Amino acid sequence: MTIASTTQLICFAVLSLTLVVGAFGVVLLPNIVYSAFLLGGVFLSVAGLYLLLNASFVAAAQILVYVGAVNVLILFAIMLVNKREDLSAIPGLALRRLLSALVCAGLFVLLVRVAFTTPWALPGPASIGEEATARIGEHLFSDYLLPFELASVLLLMAMIGAIVLARRDVFASDVITGEPADQGLLEKARTPLLTSKP
Amino acid sequence: MTLSLPTEIPLQAYLVLAAVLFCAGVWGLINSRNAVRVLMSIELMLNAVNINLMAFSSYLDGQLIRGQVFAIFVITVAAAEAAVGLAILLSLYRNRETVDMERFNLLRW
Repeated sequence: MTIASTTQLICFAVLSLTLVVGAFGVVLLPNIVYSAFLLGGVFLSVAGLYLLLNASFVAAAQILVYVGAVNVLILFAIMLVNKREDLSAIPGLALRRLLSALVCAGLFVLLVRVAFTTPWALPGPASIGEEATARIGEHLFSDYLLPFELASVLLLMAMIGAIVLARRDVFASDVITGEPADQGLLEKARTPLLTSKP
Repeated sequence: MTLSLPTEIPLQAYLVLAAVLFCAGVWGLINSRNAVRVLMSIELMLNAVNINLMAFSSYLDGQLIRGQVFAIFVITVAAAEAAVGLAILLSLYRNRETVDMERFNLLRW
């Protein structure tokens, strides 16, 4: 057993421990802010696992997109909707949690059984290691060109959609001419819809 | 006494790890009362799928790493999903003044 493989095993053990503890913390902790920061830890340890799998480009993309964008967005959302509210009790909540835990355990057993009974074609072809970034670029601009372009359209649509859904402020007067704006377009400070219903 | 550890990490270790992450995500998705936590659970599940894709790409498809390309597409879609999901959440919060999933029951039969 060489030093390299021992190091790899230790890294894998530490990363997987962080991942599992963080994932359970995300779903179980009562404070949502702790959950969001633990989610960042989970994303970082997933990026570490990608580094163990010889995928440095995807690890960098994971850190940039997930930790840098998605996690920050989630923290912003928590900040914007941060209102202490006492959740009303629902009958049968414990039973529901227990049942769904049973279903999830069943799903887990199924997945583990599939992982251990399928005859994987191991060992596969040798890994190309650090050539992976160049190979991803070749894929993206040859046989995966259409999905790549569709992804750019999707990101544009998501950007516009998020702006349209989340915007609130409308100017009361036209910025250039100074005329009063069409009042029909203004979002009034009104009582929220449908709050009276339980 | 010598420990009989495997000399390298087996593929199944990654698959089991991803299964744990996925099941935690499913449980959180079903049981969360806070809508932000539901979105976080979805991100957990997407990450579990990505771990599977990357493990298969490294162990079974080492030359044509198609799994890594798929993982990049999944990351892209996840980012778009998070942006739109949180925007929907904000406008929902503006209309209902709550993030409790049990009270978003307008379409309940």
